[in-house]
Amino acid sequence: MAKAEMKYDTQPENEEHSSLKGTLASVFILGAILVVTWVGVYFLYLDRF
Amino acid sequence: MHMHKFEKIWLIFGVTALLVFLTVLGVSAFYLGNQPPSCLATVDPEKVDTTAPFNEPGLKKVEGKDWDYELVFVAQAFAYTPGDVEVPLGAKVKVIATTKDVIHGFEVAGTNINMMVEPGYISELVTTFDKPGEYLVLCNEYCGSGHHMMTSKIKVVE
Amino acid sequence: MLKASLSSKVDPRDAKLSMAHFYVAFTALLVGGLAGLLQVLVRSGKFQLPFGIGYYQVLTVHGVLLGLVLTTFFILGFHLAAVSKTSGTLTNKQRTVGWIGFWIALVGTVMAAVMVLLNQASVLFTFYAPLKAHALFYLGLTLVVVGSWFNSAVIIMKYAEWRRANPGQPSPLLTFMALINTLMWCVATIGVASTVLIQLLPWSLGIVDTVNVGISRTLFWYFGHPLVYFWLLPAYMAWYVVVPKVIGTKVFSDSLARMSFILFLLFSIPVGFHHQLLEPGIDPAWKFLQVILTFLVVIPSLMTAFSLFATFESFGRSKGATGLFGWLKKLPWGDARFTVPFIGMVAFIPGGAGGMVNASHQMNQVVHNTIWVTGHFHLTVATAVVLTYFGVTFWLVPHLTGRTLTKKMNKLALTQGILWAVGMTFMSGAMHAAGLLGAPRRSSFSEYGGAAQAAEWIPYQIAQAVGGSILFIAVLLMVYIFINLAFFAPKGEQEFPVGEATNQAEKAPMVFENWKLWLGITVLLILFAYTIPFIDLIQNAPPGAKGGRFW
Ligand code: HEM
Ligand SMILES: [Cu+2]
Ligand SMILES: [Cu+2]
Repeated sequence: MAKAEMKYDTQPENEEHSSLKGTLASVFILGAILVVTWVGVYFLYLDRF
Repeated sequence: MHMHKFEKIWLIFGVTALLVFLTVLGVSAFYLGNQPPSCLATVDPEKVDTTAPFNEPGLKKVEGKDWDYELVFVAQAFAYTPGDVEVPLGAKVKVIATTKDVIHGFEVAGTNINMMVEPGYISELVTTFDKPGEYLVLCNEYCGSGHHMMTSKIKVVE
Repeated sequence: MLKASLSSKVDPRDAKLSMAHFYVAFTALLVGGLAGLLQVLVRSGKFQLPFGIGYYQVLTVHGVLLGLVLTTFFILGFHLAAVSKTSGTLTNKQRTVGWIGFWIALVGTVMAAVMVLLNQASVLFTFYAPLKAHALFYLGLTLVVVGSWFNSAVIIMKYAEWRRANPGQPSPLLTFMALINTLMWCVATIGVASTVLIQLLPWSLGIVDTVNVGISRTLFWYFGHPLVYFWLLPAYMAWYVVVPKVIGTKVFSDSLARMSFILFLLFSIPVGFHHQLLEPGIDPAWKFLQVILTFLVVIPSLMTAFSLFATFESFGRSKGATGLFGWLKKLPWGDARFTVPFIGMVAFIPGGAGGMVNASHQMNQVVHNTIWVTGHFHLTVATAVVLTYFGVTFWLVPHLTGRTLTKKMNKLALTQGILWAVGMTFMSGAMHAAGLLGAPRRSSFSEYGGAAQAAEWIPYQIAQAVGGSILFIAVLLMVYIFINLAFFAPKGEQEFPVGEATNQAEKAPMVFENWKLWLGITVLLILFAYTIPFIDLIQNAPPGAKGGRFW
């Protein structure tokens, strides 16, 4: 890409064209793993003396 | 800088989760007193054997404190004194430990009693031994060739 | 990425400098991998080391070679190639500085390695005082760091040159990222250099008798946590910039990628106390403050996760994928340059989850110095990070040597990645489980006087040995692939994939290039998190520790 062509336009990306609902689902699965792991070990901590 | 709506949702969720975790930890630590072992007292590592309470390792009943017993351990390569000890079930105990040489760990397997023991420093932790059984004490910080042989035993008895 | 040099190759002279680093890195992988195999075998209880070799000597070899040498040399080589590619060929002066740095670091590595092999330094790769190693071991490590500073200078000089030549332009994304990692490394290594030069070296030479353990550890961990981000950020560079190009799409967001790297620079240093949570001499309120800062550094990783999923989904949808997860099927699973780093990304999910547990203040009591921790960082550094390095190796090495990755090698590379994933699932899974039961890390096989609890750990140790053996096969495969790509693969052109920002993406704000600002905040945060507890450690210091040789 030559430098002269380097024009950015400041419009936000077109959100309708490419849906990111799979991404949202994926990150929430990831979030669930984080929360479950953390809570699991926290309960282990509470259970032990 | 543009951020996708879903990314905002995700970050709000994420940051909230982090805040909840931190709040739970903070309340437990600062209001309920469940701080990680962080004793600020020091001791001359050359004079451990003659400095109280390390001149008398083992379990001792105490009066007028927030805990009923003090359990003193001295670590050195590659052993703990005492080599085994009995604690009455339900006793609230302050575990106190130091080392005469290098860094050691002090872990009571299967419990939250886990602390670093460092020369010159005293490590302390208060806990209530509320489950009976025989617990393995071991060194979990590398201290030399006999590191994995370094153990003791705590029996929690009725 | 804005440069006309996009389609150009890395200059052969720069390629040679990069490759020099990679030879060292993959030699370390081979020897370190063998040590890893010996460790899992010993810990299974079914095998004993021959010739009176000590377990802890082997473990020192493993930690130093894989944790310090493989990573550092690979990163320096990758940084150099990435900057040369995106900001232009190094000047002769820059390249000379790079070579000087390489040789200094190599001499240091050899010195440290010889001391370890002579059993003069079985102190593990963290060399905690007061275990006293031979002075040449400390000197060797110092030289590795000094060498890395020369290489850092190259990156900084090249960046400055690019900015002068392109006023008002944001720097190429890969150069920007390499620069951030370099700056973080420079700020962090001050800590380890201080403890080694001011405390450990004079003590090991007998000039002073004792060492202040609390201060030495604090300086070490001031360096130790950014060290793990120094390993991770090159993998993120590949994830953000290279992987999109490999699969044939664009970088999801140039600006957000830059922002997350800035956050790493700010928050990966003032957090070292999360490795010292169970230590005496540090007030728990200061520990908690650093725990909070540690949690802040989770945020850029959450952003990264979103960007990556979004990259994959956008690509899949552009290829006509439907449904919630249909895009997964469109990804180029047959391409090792994508699949092997992808396995790394997946491993980073449980790796990150475990990391949050480790950093959680008092919860650290459940896992500290148990083998859970070893399981954790074999997911993060020894899977997420190294599999991404391997994924980079598959195209970068042939690019640099003027060869190509053949179909056959690509297949082997896929096998390598899958074997790694299987082996690591067994080994790391067993380590996590045994760790929660209390099994310690850094420990040779022991029955602990016949304790019932220790007996429960043995089945997991067998599982570790099974996983570790599979891993070792994967290491051998990887070394074979590296040798092929370096010396034997057919001559040809292998692409250096550099993703471009989406057309509509806005120009990255120039404030990201304001180093006075970011380094200023970095330093302020460090001072905020460390000044008072550090002064406390000095003022309330106990008599020093004599220490000695305990192996
Ligand atoms: C063949 C593959 C591997 C095997 C079988 C393996 C096995 C092991 C085992 C069993 C331990 C723990 C020993 C103990 O605590 O007693 C260990 C520690 C370690 N491994 Fe690996 N590992 C492998 C690959 C890697 C890689 C690729 C890296 C880094 C990039 C790595 C970095 C480390 C580090 C830093 C330690 C800590 C050493 C210490 O605690 O001093 N390993 N490894
Ligand atoms: Cu020990
Ligand atoms: Cu850390």
